[in-house]
Amino acid sequence: MTGSASPLAAYLLVAALLFAIGLAGALTRRNAILVLIGIELMLNAANLNFIAFWRYGPHPEALTGMMFAIFSIAVAAAEAAVGLGLVIAIYRHARTTDLDQMNRMKG
Amino acid sequence: MSVVFYALAALTVAGGLGAVLLKNTVHAALAVAVAFAGLALLFLSLDAQFAGFAQILVYVGAVAILVVFAILLTRASETPAGGVFSSSWLAGLAIAAGVFAVLGWAVLGSAQALPLSAVAPSATVHDIGVALVGRYVLPLEIVALLLTAATIGAVIVALHEKERTR
Amino acid sequence: MATTPISVTVDQIFILLRDWLTHFLPETLRPFANVVLGVVAIACVFPGLFALTTVFERKGLGRMQNRLGPNRVGPFGFFQPIADGIKSLTKEDIVPLNADAVVHFLAPLLLVVAVFMGFAVLPVGRNMVLVDMDAGLLFFFAMGASTELSIFMAGWSSRNKYSILGAMRAIAQMISYEVPLLLSSVTVVMITGSLSLTRIVEAQNQYTGIFPHWYVFTPWGLASFLMFAIAATAETNRTPFDLPEGESELVAGYFTEYSGFKFALFFLGEYLGMFSIAGLGATLFWGGWSAPLSILNFVPSWIWFFSKDMAAIFVFIWMRGTLPRLRQDQLMNFAWKFVLPFTLLNLMVTALWRFMEGGWLRWVVCSVILAGAYVLMGRTAMHRKHFGPRSYRYAE
Repeated sequence: MTGSASPLAAYLLVAALLFAIGLAGALTRRNAILVLIGIELMLNAANLNFIAFWRYGPHPEALTGMMFAIFSIAVAAAEAAVGLGLVIAIYRHARTTDLDQMNRMKG
Repeated sequence: MSVVFYALAALTVAGGLGAVLLKNTVHAALAVAVAFAGLALLFLSLDAQFAGFAQILVYVGAVAILVVFAILLTRASETPAGGVFSSSWLAGLAIAAGVFAVLGWAVLGSAQALPLSAVAPSATVHDIGVALVGRYVLPLEIVALLLTAATIGAVIVALHEKERTR
Repeated sequence: MATTPISVTVDQIFILLRDWLTHFLPETLRPFANVVLGVVAIACVFPGLFALTTVFERKGLGRMQNRLGPNRVGPFGFFQPIADGIKSLTKEDIVPLNADAVVHFLAPLLLVVAVFMGFAVLPVGRNMVLVDMDAGLLFFFAMGASTELSIFMAGWSSRNKYSILGAMRAIAQMISYEVPLLLSSVTVVMITGSLSLTRIVEAQNQYTGIFPHWYVFTPWGLASFLMFAIAATAETNRTPFDLPEGESELVAGYFTEYSGFKFALFFLGEYLGMFSIAGLGATLFWGGWSAPLSILNFVPSWIWFFSKDMAAIFVFIWMRGTLPRLRQDQLMNFAWKFVLPFTLLNLMVTALWRFMEGGWLRWVVCSVILAGAYVLMGRTAMHRKHFGPRSYRYAE
């Protein structure tokens, strides 16, 4: 597979693997902070996809992939800050970050 | 594919696996910092210098620090009694495996049509600057507004409530 | 530009030496050998300077405190670093039983690696930079940001309340002062038009008459340099910002539980961080390797760079011997309420400088705006401090 295949395919597979790992982390961990870590991994995997397509795709001089990745890094940092602020506020109220115990709105 | 790519990919995936599987929360946070650094090196191997250094500066230097501070402030560094995986872990794992299967099938199915090599594009900082204030000036201003809103929002959300008697 | 052939030779002597050493090798191996020789040179010169600085600091502090420094080992005590080195290498390496062994071991390694990487982009002399990167300044700051993670690892893995408290204080301080550090460097980038440190030095290497075009001699440059110096002192945890490692407060802060070689590595990392950020300050504001007067161009460029670096280290030592320590809340207030707004204003004044045409008007306008802002902000920061007669509280 790897001998004659494109290097782009290898990068896309790594990005897909990281995305799946991040998704597994976000869906299976109990601690709210580790769910946020899984989400950050997913965003990073998407960035890798963008940069790989920018490098090997058509019209790299338009810098579209690079721009997308830079804006995504900025937005992900902002989202991590707000998300962690929320986790700290919830901890102050409920004294726990265990997501299995946050079921007040369960029907 | 070169040895460097395999080594970097292995480092990144190992960091990601550590972040998801390790029981100690702080170890998981440090493992995800390793994954971020591995991704920055992958960006550098793709000739995206600005994105690689911005990744280190923002993710390793700020987001990883935020995560470890949140872990310390919420006392999550002690291992919890009820286990670290939620009760529905099997469903989550199955969904993630399904997503990877679909993505992998899509990539491998179109592997013949992907370009085999491309001349390295020049993305000097000057080009990025010109693009940012030229073609992408609207996203730049929106991101600035978003970052301001996020900063103010994070401070307000994490602020101590005033009615607590001191 | 160096003038006579002899001064050019001495100026480029290390480049000529490197080329002579590598011309024995085949063509394909030469770039690799160039880089290896550059790395070896950095790894020998800067730790050597670190050893010299430790003895200078102790003797300098001693003289400022009206005592002699170490004066037993060698002539006037200058072989003290050798004695210190032997001591730290032969001391027992104690790892606490409860400590997290892997993280405890990796923390000093990460610090030293991150700090050494910063030296790769500093232009030490004419044509003497290890890697001439297009985004060199961004790389330098990225490596500086990685050191914060190692401080956290050191503090947390020791499982000691002094360590974790010291680590959290140090990280909060470093993050707060990182924004003014970056913003004051951005003004230099705005005027030069490039993030590459070699381009920044070349832009300052011009002379009108005999006076250089260094950025520190402009109003915005002086303001930027002052804020950069304050932020650099805080980033490297030096007095007056050394609460995280204050001996009288927190034992030794985040490296309380480290002994022997690992402590020596932390010490090395901290001092090398001082060298690299002083070198960056010299490169951005004081012209890097260019001479202060155009008639002094015959002196080699690397001598100028290291003189500026050492002068900055002397100022660090001088401040340590003179100023008292700031409390944590005073430090953070200072960062967010004075230094950051001033650097933001400075950014706008730099833009004004860039778009006004040259001449005496822009000097006057920019200087007035900056001086006025400095005085106003200083007055509003001090206006709630009433210095009245001293009051005493007794334990009843």
